[in-house]
Amino acid sequence: MTKRKLTQALLASALILFAAGCKKKTPAPPPPPPPPPAVEKPAVKPQAPAISFTAEPSSVQRGQAATLRWTVRNADSITIEPGVGTVAASGSRQVYPSESTTYTLRASGGGGSDTATARVSVTEPPPPPVTVTPQAPRKSLQDRLDSEVSDIFFNYDKYDVREDARSVLTRNADALKAIFTDFPGSVVSVEGHCDERGSAEYNLGLGDRRSSSTKDFLVQLGVPADRLKTVSYGKERPQCSDASESCWQKNRRSHFAAGQ
Amino acid sequence: MRMLRFLSFPLLFAASVAAQPNRAQIVIEDTFRTLPVIAVPDMRGSGEAQPHINVFNQVLFADLQQSGYFKMAPKSFYPAEIPQQPSDFKPPKGNPPQRQGPWFTDWTTPEIGAQWLTAGYTAAQGGRMILYGYLFDVTQTDLQNATAVNKIFFGDLNEAGARKVAHEFAAEIIKKFGGVPLFGSRIYFTSNRTGSKEIWSMDYDGGGQKQVSREGNISNFSAVSPDGTRLAFTSFPRGNASILTMSLETGRKLPFYNQRASTNASPEFTPDGQKILFGSTAAGIQQIYIANLDGSGIKRLSFAPAVETEPKVNPKNGSEIIFTSGRSGPPQLYKMNMDGADVVRLTQGEGEAVNAAWHPGGELIAFSWTGGPDPGSRNIFVMDVATRTFVQLTHGAGRNENPSFAPDGRHLVFQTTRSGRNQIWTMLANGTELRQLTSQGANEEPVWSKY
Repeated sequence: MTKRKLTQALLASALILFAAGCKKKTPAPPPPPPPPPAVEKPAVKPQAPAISFTAEPSSVQRGQAATLRWTVRNADSITIEPGVGTVAASGSRQVYPSESTTYTLRASGGGGSDTATARVSVTEPPPPPVTVTPQAPRKSLQDRLDSEVSDIFFNYDKYDVREDARSVLTRNADALKAIFTDFPGSVVSVEGHCDERGSAEYNLGLGDRRSSSTKDFLVQLGVPADRLKTVSYGKERPQCSDASESCWQKNRRSHFAAGQ
Repeated sequence: MRMLRFLSFPLLFAASVAAQPNRAQIVIEDTFRTLPVIAVPDMRGSGEAQPHINVFNQVLFADLQQSGYFKMAPKSFYPAEIPQQPSDFKPPKGNPPQRQGPWFTDWTTPEIGAQWLTAGYTAAQGGRMILYGYLFDVTQTDLQNATAVNKIFFGDLNEAGARKVAHEFAAEIIKKFGGVPLFGSRIYFTSNRTGSKEIWSMDYDGGGQKQVSREGNISNFSAVSPDGTRLAFTSFPRGNASILTMSLETGRKLPFYNQRASTNASPEFTPDGQKILFGSTAAGIQQIYIANLDGSGIKRLSFAPAVETEPKVNPKNGSEIIFTSGRSGPPQLYKMNMDGADVVRLTQGEGEAVNAAWHPGGELIAFSWTGGPDPGSRNIFVMDVATRTFVQLTHGAGRNENPSFAPDGRHLVFQTTRSGRNQIWTMLANGTELRQLTSQGANEEPVWSKY
């Protein structure tokens, strides 16, 4: 009911105004000048604090600094926790958080109090390189072979592994396994050599047999076959050049060399 | 027992010799038995050719003496008047014949006993050396029938030119007697004179030595294709012995596929030049294989639990291979067909018999053996393959290995330690006319190529 009366009244007054508008127009008075600017507005009503608070960078490695920056208006007392305490209205401070930290800025004044937060994430720095305990310089593969793996010797025109060579090869097998562990991916050449008395052509085949029978023996003792390569030099690379049996014996050998 | 064995070998050896004639010995003796006797008096040069005449005379005499086709008439009995051209001869006149001047009979005296006579002279003509070369059959009675060679040779007017015309004249004379002149043939060998073993080549007389391979590690065991255009050898490019081939015309490497093996070595061409045989450890122990010139189409030929190498194909019939094998103990020479069948041992099983090399006639082989009548040292022997009889060519002088016959079948080249380190020497196939060709560094494994 009252709503209908009100709409009717509004409609009626609107019609009256409309009717009046259709009357002859009189010149409008000039607009009033703008009011003078308010030089100082006495805080009729104190305003609430306004806070700007950032942490830069927001993520650091442990031990590195992050910078907190803040600007606060309308506050009498400003504190940043943890670890910073009371600060001025605007400023910056370097912090060295040991773990991820949310810094809270609390500002209070006549207009009330407010808080803002800035978070600094702390990541673990990468581990330092493994400290190398100082030790003797690492031996090369050939040095290890020379000191730990012995040549074995053969009879003239023979390539079967002699009785005295078996114990040598047994020790060689252990040494080779250790060396292969220390030098992953390495290959060792088992070189077959002959003395000068046979023919050069036949000796190439004979040296090859010496190399293979040596390799076969080592493989039976568990040395990985794919780490041993056979090669024959026949009589092309003698160790010793005298024409005597002691020298010839030195040349009838299987020798171990770092593979190519 | 040991005594018995020791005794039985010479006895059996003697018995086998008595049982059948030594055909190897007969063939070789026959080759050199009835040699024509030739007189080779020193020539003279006119004008600018004269300074080089000594070199010319030395080369001509040496070529004919070492050819194996002649017996040299003893120089000390030569007559005083040496003819230089046909017009110098003055036939005897009258009855009984009266001497008018130089004549054939001057050379047929019992002291000289020549059947053939060389004559001629050198001269300078238009800045070049010219040789007028004649060969006379001094057993004839008239000049026209006696003239066997009448030819002009040209060379540069220097020592090299003198050598060239002398070699060419000698070759012309040798050809008249059905011989194969060695002039133009090359010997390929291994030398360490640069500090590493490389393949080298030289003329048949040791001249013109030049380096062929440049691998910088170990290169040896050369083989030359029958047409002289290709070289195959063994080298160690990545530690393992492999076969390399190169063109002798361009000096460039040719492709050769080395099958996966710890050793591929000792290549040899077939007489038709279409295949290469070699020793390979592809199946474990070294065996004989054959392949195309580029290493494709590999086929294994020998099957024995023993080291086998040095395959050598009969140059005459191309259908049998002689090779070295340890199948009966120490290395011996065996023969098989081209398909690997019909394997027979040629040598007796005593000592080490290696380095077989065919005579161009395809009936004889030369080889190196520690056995025989002179056991212990390594000597060069020649064997008649059909009868397996043999002749020893070297005696009591160093270690003698790797014989290779010259294209004329009358010469052999081999390596010997008789002068100290291994050097390359030549000799006639009867063991005479020994001549050292190399002296720089150590030199081994010669092969005699026709080109």
